Amino acid sequence: MKSGEEYEIYPLGERAATVRFGAVIDPDIHNRVRAMMSVLREKPFPGLVEAAPAFTSVTVYYDPLRVASDAATPYDAVCLHLKETLLQAELHPPKAPRTVEIPVCYDGGFGPDLAQVAEWNGLTKEEVIRIHSEPVYTIYMIGFAPGFPYLGGMSERIAAPRKSSPRMMVPAGSVGIAGKQTGIYPLNSPGGWQIIGRTPLELFRPGHIPPSLLQAGDLVRFCPIRKEEYEHLKERGE
Amino acid sequence: MSLIIHHPGLLTTVQDAGRQGFLQYGVTESGAMDTYALRIANLLAGNSERAAALELTLNGGSFEFAEDMLIAVCGADMSAAIGSVAVPMWKPVFVRKGSVMSFGRAVSGCRTYLAAAGGLDVTEVMGSAGTYLRGGFGGYGGRALQKGDHLRTGAKSDWSLRQIAQLSGRCGEREFAAAAWSAGSIQVVSYLYQPFVRAMRGHEFDLFKAESRELFFDGIFRVESPSDRMGYLLSGERLSLTAPQEAISEAVAFGTVQVPPSGSPIVLMADHPTTGGYPRIAQAAFVDLPVLAQTKPGESVRFREITLAEAQRLYAVKEMEIRQLREAISLK
Repeated sequence: MKSGEEYEIYPLGERAATVRFGAVIDPDIHNRVRAMMSVLREKPFPGLVEAAPAFTSVTVYYDPLRVASDAATPYDAVCLHLKETLLQAELHPPKAPRTVEIPVCYDGGFGPDLAQVAEWNGLTKEEVIRIHSEPVYTIYMIGFAPGFPYLGGMSERIAAPRKSSPRMMVPAGSVGIAGKQTGIYPLNSPGGWQIIGRTPLELFRPGHIPPSLLQAGDLVRFCPIRKEEYEHLKERGE
Repeated sequence: MSLIIHHPGLLTTVQDAGRQGFLQYGVTESGAMDTYALRIANLLAGNSERAAALELTLNGGSFEFAEDMLIAVCGADMSAAIGSVAVPMWKPVFVRKGSVMSFGRAVSGCRTYLAAAGGLDVTEVMGSAGTYLRGGFGGYGGRALQKGDHLRTGAKSDWSLRQIAQLSGRCGEREFAAAAWSAGSIQVVSYLYQPFVRAMRGHEFDLFKAESRELFFDGIFRVESPSDRMGYLLSGERLSLTAPQEAISEAVAFGTVQVPPSGSPIVLMADHPTTGGYPRIAQAAFVDLPVLAQTKPGESVRFREITLAEAQRLYAVKEMEIRQLREAISLK
């Protein structure tokens, strides 16, 4: 068996099962996650309720009473369905991802920790902004909180530890750094990330389908904007 | 308007059987913490099992019915009463227009469900009436109920209308009349002292020290404050890994038992984050999630190990019991 075809399946309780493709965050594994999600969307197996992708895995949630099969248990039946899904996924590589541009205002008081991140890394604020807005990031998953994207691809040159005590309220749209990760807060929430900017886009809109602007598998680029542009886009959005 | 909130109680929210299909966007299930009590309350009020009802937490509240109504109260016993007369639980109750129903402190259990015929009529968000407080959406304006709020109910089923006709005839001068029958033995959760919660080994079970693995299924855990709709923080036994782990976040579920570096387990509940990175020592069986949901902070629980096959069998048995109850009720 080629290494690219390896996976393990294990239960997450009696109503869910996880397929894990590996133990490292890696573009090839991410593509296998995307391929599997796309097959599950197009050809859901009987009893599938929903599926959620993560960094290296896909978890399927199912109704144990509707997983039709001769297998001994509903879980055994789901494993058979998943193996079939995986075969299909090997044959159908995922479509090219879309790229979403996220305008970010790094000044104007929206990046209270920008100076600290710069100082920590021996850089100027401008250098931090340039390094942060240069790469194309991959969204590995949306998780933890509604619409919260986990982005891969940040340069370690701007890595910074979390704040020693979290803020009580980080405004929605705040762009932050925690360790080697960067992310965007979709909702007002408490948080300990170093905040370097803010986007005027609404990442999470409960009334929309889908409710999350970003989706697992999307590519993201941050585009620096001035405060006037931020205000303009914010106004237009509302 | 069918239901007027005179006093909301400690934390009263609109909940249904939960949100499905949005985990991939980071949107959690929400919905009732004790789904069995919610489903049975709905059946007894003549609703579909998944309909929206009130979830009362620890300490009641009082609610006025602005029209003649068929209701059912299930879950924790909060000494429901109209005037000074106790209202029986786990059965259909006809309530006359203008009556005010009050609930006190939870005598046993933690969460009470008040279902009204027709179901609570709120705008569904992402296919569900469940309130997700942290996200500020779902239910009644995405928030807990407040004094003065008015809630509408939907169209009553033929079954509800028939019960109302029968029971109102027997009501006489009284403010309410309860059916002679109840959900009886299906009364799913007996809210015991130190209940057992059946649980399966989690995916990272073997990464824990042998002693911790034993302690998890032998020990007694206290439900600590703050424990809420997002998760139950347990104390008692400190659980540790054989070696520190750098885990990559992946999906979790209602009932997942995670162990952060502090060593005190956390059981994820209805409003859980959709993903987590802490090692998962166990997964509470779905059939026993109501037992946990009805355990108050300060009370204790114990876990007992079962296999996945057993958990799936118990799930099927419970669903069959509810189906039988649904059929029995439809014949009333």
